[in-house]
Amino acid sequence: MVTVMVSEGSIIEQTCKETPDFNLCVSLLNSDPRGSSADTSGLALILIDKIKGLTTKTLNEINGLYKKRPELKRALDECSRRYKTILNADVPEAIEAISKGVPKFGEDGVIDAGVEASVCEGGFKGKSPLTSLTKSMQKISNVTRAIVRMLL
Amino acid sequence: MSASKLVSVLLLIVLINISNNGVDAFHKIFKKLQSQSTSLDSVSPLHRTAYHFQPPRHWINDPNAPMLYKGIYHLFYQYNPKGAVWGNIVWAHSVSKDLINWEALEPAIYPSKWFDINGTWSGSSTHVPGKGPVILYTGITENQTQIQNYAIPQDLSDPYLKTWIKPDDNPIVKPDHGENGSAFRDPTTAWFNKKDGYWRMLVGSKKKHRGIAYMYKSRDFKKWVKTKRPIHSRKKTGMWECPDFFPVSVTDKKNGLDFSYDGPNAKHVLKVSLDLTRYEYYTLGKYDTKKDRYRPDGNTPDGWDGLRFDYGNFYASKTFFDDKKKRRILWGWANESDTVEDDTLKGWAGVQLIPRTILLDYSGKQLVFWPIEEIESLRGKNVQMTNQKMEMGQRFEVQGITPAQVDVDVTFNVGSLEKAEKFDASFTTKPLELCNLKGSNVTGGVGPFGLITLATSDLEEYTPVFFRVFKDASTNKPKVLMCSDAKPSSLKTDTGSDAKQRMYKPSFAGFVDVDLADGKISLRSLIDHSVVESFGAKGKTVITSRVYPTKAVGEKAHLFVFNNGSQPVTVESLNAWNMQKPLKMNQGAK
Repeated sequence: MVTVMVSEGSIIEQTCKETPDFNLCVSLLNSDPRGSSADTSGLALILIDKIKGLTTKTLNEINGLYKKRPELKRALDECSRRYKTILNADVPEAIEAISKGVPKFGEDGVIDAGVEASVCEGGFKGKSPLTSLTKSMQKISNVTRAIVRMLL
Repeated sequence: MSASKLVSVLLLIVLINISNNGVDAFHKIFKKLQSQSTSLDSVSPLHRTAYHFQPPRHWINDPNAPMLYKGIYHLFYQYNPKGAVWGNIVWAHSVSKDLINWEALEPAIYPSKWFDINGTWSGSSTHVPGKGPVILYTGITENQTQIQNYAIPQDLSDPYLKTWIKPDDNPIVKPDHGENGSAFRDPTTAWFNKKDGYWRMLVGSKKKHRGIAYMYKSRDFKKWVKTKRPIHSRKKTGMWECPDFFPVSVTDKKNGLDFSYDGPNAKHVLKVSLDLTRYEYYTLGKYDTKKDRYRPDGNTPDGWDGLRFDYGNFYASKTFFDDKKKRRILWGWANESDTVEDDTLKGWAGVQLIPRTILLDYSGKQLVFWPIEEIESLRGKNVQMTNQKMEMGQRFEVQGITPAQVDVDVTFNVGSLEKAEKFDASFTTKPLELCNLKGSNVTGGVGPFGLITLATSDLEEYTPVFFRVFKDASTNKPKVLMCSDAKPSSLKTDTGSDAKQRMYKPSFAGFVDVDLADGKISLRSLIDHSVVESFGAKGKTVITSRVYPTKAVGEKAHLFVFNNGSQPVTVESLNAWNMQKPLKMNQGAK
């Protein structure tokens, strides 16, 4: 008789299967020590933390670009405003909403993070020095949104 | 900025300096939550409404505890005093004598006790004989649990009910082990059952994917017990927020009924707001007070495809009974569909839509809605159009009024329905998909025809509100689609590759249950800069859209009637009125 062990996958893997980017989702959540014991809300909050980190990183990059690429000042100003909105409005709103059980406002904040990144990218009219960072934001926003949806 | 707007802003600054006693009461109470507070004088006038309920700045959402007390109307609402996104929520409070001019008072309820320290969320008010108005609301505790509390006026002789106290015998209801403590909120107005002497009220909730409205009863409005069964629930609908439960008269076509009415000739309405879809739906049915059960009559879907108060941007609605004029009045909230950065820049987010009366339609199969008559007091200059025939492809401008701030009411006559397209149920029965497939510039048989609002003269930007008539072979009756389409509303867009990340410019649609026997159908739109509220067939189908044109603003906006169907349609009569700004609209609100 042959016994076959079927592994169902961890909670992280099961959750990430329902998002648009399994690999990104798994790598982000596994990189956080809280990931292995978190419930769905907890996983969402971890990803929002990642959004926050990426926002800060992007803002630093924007600041550095003012000197290197002064001709891009206008677009950089726009991006700076957009990313500050993610940091000061979207992220706190999402954290408060998910912690308190109104995930729909969390979804609003997470979606908006992706939108703000898009608008920033669009300001360079195809010649963006921030593409890999804005694309990251869009991807993380999509994955996070899918997880927040599970809370609704 | 035009001269009159400059004056308004200056007046606002003066008023703020007079009324601001400099105390920010919330500094100590709230945790250090980030905020991007806007100073009053930097709120942008672009896209701000002229005659809709809004505070001067910051985020608003659900209308709370609307009521009439000692001849004064009250509206409370969820408000963030610190920024233009949801958060730090308090109950802001405004009063009015006419539902049009609003005076802002101090916030009535905000976190201050253990039972609401993390949030004072939505709720309702009930007139309790012997106690006066009692507010029931959801509080969030230290460990993020949702519980229900009550608050009472400090001074019943104050018609403005400025101060509310939250007694220490709160909460009145906590979630039990069967209930989900993160999905347990929005207590309704209570109704009184004379036969058993109990008050009853509902709390919205869910269990997995089943939306539920739990029911609680009380003799003294202090001790509440859960009833054996929830009043109603429905699988696969998701969380039920903001439930509302009230009777409508089957025979009286002019007046509403009090929440506690239990006489003959009435149906009940159960409405819920759907957390998952961000729209609402209602059913009509019978409330058996002896068995304490509500049963929908089954004529309309009980679920996501159900009838709606409004097929557009309209959420967290709440009704109250206006005892003075014997009306049931509906409040609803519309959020912004631009970006959060736009909201932060402009300094505000969210509006309350114009209050609407609710009655049962003559058919008995649905409700009908109409803006309260008081809104007509804002009407100014009137222009008219009569018997204007529109051939295919024609549009005629409505001139002489300010199209961005107008009330327009038009009756169309389509004549014969012979040319109506066949309604092919095989491709879709969903109105929204139909509207997406066949927009206002896709030609048709009878229709599309209607209004083109907030338009540039060459239609670079425009928001059409229109009808398209189909022939339903199975019933031999017309099937009328009404659509309010924000897709062409604004040149503003972002370049995100993912559709989810572009600026949100949705189409909204609903069917209109009319048989067009005399060829006529009416359309009324209240247009107010970034809001278009449209009432089809005298309120059988209502659709609200939010739009943000970049060019079709202020004096540069235009209003047209149009027809893109092969059947000529006549504008039998059109009336348009400039809408004035109310003298009072929450100036001085914190």
